[in-house]
Amino acid sequence: MNAPTKNKLLKGETGDWEIVIGMEVHAQVISQSKLFSGASTAFGAEPNSQVSFIDAGFPGMLPVINEKCVEQAVRTGLGLKAQINLRSIFDRKNYFFPDLPQGYQISQYKDPIVGEGEVIIDLKDGESIRVGIERLHLEQDAGKSLHDQHPDSSFVDLNRSGIALMEIVSKPHMRTSEEAAAFLRKLRAIVRYLGTCDGNMDEGSMRADVNVSVCRVGGYEKFRESGDFKHLGTRCEIKNVNSMRFIAQAVEYEARRQIEVIEGGGTIHQETRRFDSRAGETRSMRSKEDAHDYRYFPDPDLLPLELDADWVAEIEKSLPELPDEKKTRFMAQGLSAYDASVVVAERELADYYEELAKGVDAKSAVNWLNNEVLGRLNRDGLSIIEVPVSAAANNAIIQMVADKTISGKIAKDLLDIVWTEGGDPRQVVEARGMKQLTDTGAIDAAIEAVIAANPDKVEEVKAKPKLAAWFVGQVMKQTGGKANPAAVNAALKTRLNLPEEG
Amino acid sequence: MSDLVSMTLAEARDAIRAKKISSRELTSAFVTAIEKARPLNAFITEAGEQALAMADAADKRIASGKIGALEGLPLAIKDLFCTKDVRTTAASKILGNFVPPYESTVTQNLWDAGAVMLGKTNLDEFAMGSSNETSAFGPVFNPWRASNSNANLVPGGSSGGSSAAVAADLCLAATGTDTGGSIRQPAAVTGRVGLKPTYGRCSRFGIVAFASSLDQAGPMTKTVRDAAIMLKTMASVDPKDSTSVNIPVPDYEKLLDGGIEGLKVGIPKEYRIDGAPAEIDALWSKGADWLKAQGAEIVEVSLPHTKYALPTYYIVAPAEASSNLARYDGVKFGYRAPGVHDITELYEKSRGEGFGAEVQRRILIGTYVLSAGYYDAYYAKAQKLRSLIKRDFEQAFEKCDVLLTPTTPGPAFGVGAKTTDPLEMYLQDVFTVTVNLAGLPGISVPAGLTQNGLPLGLQLIGKAFDEATLLRAAYAVEQAADFQHSPAKWWSV
Repeated sequence: MNAPTKNKLLKGETGDWEIVIGMEVHAQVISQSKLFSGASTAFGAEPNSQVSFIDAGFPGMLPVINEKCVEQAVRTGLGLKAQINLRSIFDRKNYFFPDLPQGYQISQYKDPIVGEGEVIIDLKDGESIRVGIERLHLEQDAGKSLHDQHPDSSFVDLNRSGIALMEIVSKPHMRTSEEAAAFLRKLRAIVRYLGTCDGNMDEGSMRADVNVSVCRVGGYEKFRESGDFKHLGTRCEIKNVNSMRFIAQAVEYEARRQIEVIEGGGTIHQETRRFDSRAGETRSMRSKEDAHDYRYFPDPDLLPLELDADWVAEIEKSLPELPDEKKTRFMAQGLSAYDASVVVAERELADYYEELAKGVDAKSAVNWLNNEVLGRLNRDGLSIIEVPVSAAANNAIIQMVADKTISGKIAKDLLDIVWTEGGDPRQVVEARGMKQLTDTGAIDAAIEAVIAANPDKVEEVKAKPKLAAWFVGQVMKQTGGKANPAAVNAALKTRLNLPEEG
Repeated sequence: MSDLVSMTLAEARDAIRAKKISSRELTSAFVTAIEKARPLNAFITEAGEQALAMADAADKRIASGKIGALEGLPLAIKDLFCTKDVRTTAASKILGNFVPPYESTVTQNLWDAGAVMLGKTNLDEFAMGSSNETSAFGPVFNPWRASNSNANLVPGGSSGGSSAAVAADLCLAATGTDTGGSIRQPAAVTGRVGLKPTYGRCSRFGIVAFASSLDQAGPMTKTVRDAAIMLKTMASVDPKDSTSVNIPVPDYEKLLDGGIEGLKVGIPKEYRIDGAPAEIDALWSKGADWLKAQGAEIVEVSLPHTKYALPTYYIVAPAEASSNLARYDGVKFGYRAPGVHDITELYEKSRGEGFGAEVQRRILIGTYVLSAGYYDAYYAKAQKLRSLIKRDFEQAFEKCDVLLTPTTPGPAFGVGAKTTDPLEMYLQDVFTVTVNLAGLPGISVPAGLTQNGLPLGLQLIGKAFDEATLLRAAYAVEQAADFQHSPAKWWSV
């Protein structure tokens, strides 16, 4: 599953290199109020309108843990098939920053709420890779510094200060930019299925720090066998990459850069870098020597967080069906691994698909979804949530094709009609006389008319049986597309005395 | 009028309930006394007008028959408790003119019971000190002076303004906070009662934090009974403080008179320290005799890790303080240094100018012991020692119900006598810090005078959340000691 395959290597001047990628993802917890205060978490409010005295670090204020956030972290941990630690500890991470009002961030250091788990990622070629999760911990977000509001002052907005984040740390189990992006996509799908994070990267509710290193071929395998990091190269951390596309770009750029440095006789120093999306390159932010000494210690304002095993079991029982399970189920219904993984990537899409496929052939359902529905969404720049035609309406169209009420071609026209005009597909078919002709009399009449008008073609087809397609087309035209193509074919063959095809 | 201010809290309560005096009369007497006592510098903020308004409101409630547990009783509040709309300084320049838009839970409990706030008392800056000399608002003078001397003495610390106010009859009672002895030591050197409750008994919400795992609010009073009355109202479980504990608060006053027949009193042998004045040892023995005479059984116990208590405390407390005080950065509230050009300079200057020397020293110590490479050698080791100290007490309490020790290694000392030697100053806490490290309740009761006429206290230490037994034993000591002394009011002549 993790062997160094050729397509995962990068070519350098001096030979091939392997890339090794790990990720730290900050996912904002879906919760009405903040991790340690009652202030609202709604996005986009007026600056400093959602700030309690706790969030602003006022004297004498004390944090009180929000049970909802704890539940969300546990739910996420369970969704990552991870160890839930019934006892975890909140620590203070001390550093000075204007948008960090307490002068420390409450986080979890040595004893996180969630331990080791996994995420299975699906690649385009059908390969599945297991990416280990190192841990998940809860922590407070900081506020936001605004430097563009005033010529010689900076402003601070504390609306975000104190909002609960889950920091999800992967093991260095990714090997290509595609895998890195696929990991984040899958993680995003899982938290969205669970309802623990909205995964909205534009609003910053999901942000990734990407750790990249390069090593000679074989180093990664040795690392996996021994667990010893000495087999890997020195890593650089690229902070706050906020889209799948940028992650792929940042990894590609950074790996190339590191190879060039090493091959040029240089050394990679551990450092923090940022990704400039406009230039498409990473730039140094600070080296390890400049790194903060965070002086972590257990927060004396908070007791150790003790969870009841029964409570965790209750949460586990309430988990929804997750993408991997859904995918397995869909594959059992006849979808290919690739189709199934596309469909389950978004919970809304999976739900839509399930309703659309109710009682019809799974393969034709997924084809219809991919080619017709997603094609039109893509054309119109809409997401699955904004789809103008319900899954039930699509289901009706597919059923009408299946029971030969309408032809496949008419089905597409029908979808176009309800896509723009709305309406119930069955009523539209009735009202507009779009039903397929299966009445042989009508079809025969149409065939006779075409033959009468084209005696030359009748002669030709005897020598060139392939010309039958032309006749089919003419008959379909004659019937306004409503004739059943199979019936037309059969009738033509008899009428023109054509041989059966191979 | 002087009779009014010399009443105990219980006497004043009973007089108000019997309608012999009004809250306004009582409050006015204290407002006048506070004004006259300004040479003591016990108050940072006097709130006379507000106090009279509160007194009038109390009198109205009394007239309508709605009488709270502390109805109309004027109190002084250590200026570490945030009080809504009343400036709160923590005796530091760095809080500037900070006026809290909220009330601490402990003071809210007091006001809900009908109490009247006279003002905010002076303290060591951020409660860091044992003499009230680190205050940015100047030192407080002890109302007591040695016989045949006019030299000013310290009132103890950090709750030195509160101890002076209680001893000088400037309030019926005061609140204090105790992180390493800050209630008990000043009570002892001013001849009054100081109670540090079990950690978690009183909410810390709204109290400016010094060392969160050690800080605890408590009453400073004239008598043990008054301490019992005050604690009943101050204590509560608070959803706003995760470390407050939900254990019912009994009516301590009712439980005072139970007697101590059969009570086992432990004498920890490690508290007999070399070089302690003979007077201290003598008083300690006397205390044991008093309790024995009332039917208690005296047992010797051992707290073997006592010698590590001070070093442990001076790692844990500064470590927490260094983090707790990071929020005072000149960005959001309080003092901001003028004329700075960037954020680093803003931090450095605001904090450099805003914090006094002792606070800076502790921030440095705390930052150091938490630093990468030193954490295990200092902070982690101190936490282990803290567990051992706690275990010492648990084992001792298998053999006894309360412990009896001196409160301080000596009486009040002269202003300036120990300011040049921090270690000498830190020794003031030698008998009290263990109690904070173990999270236990402790009380200091005035027990006698030195040859020079200065008060000394005895400390009783109780089991966690057993303040009732602790107060009962303290009451027995108080009865036997029959300490009736008060300082001459030299400041108002």
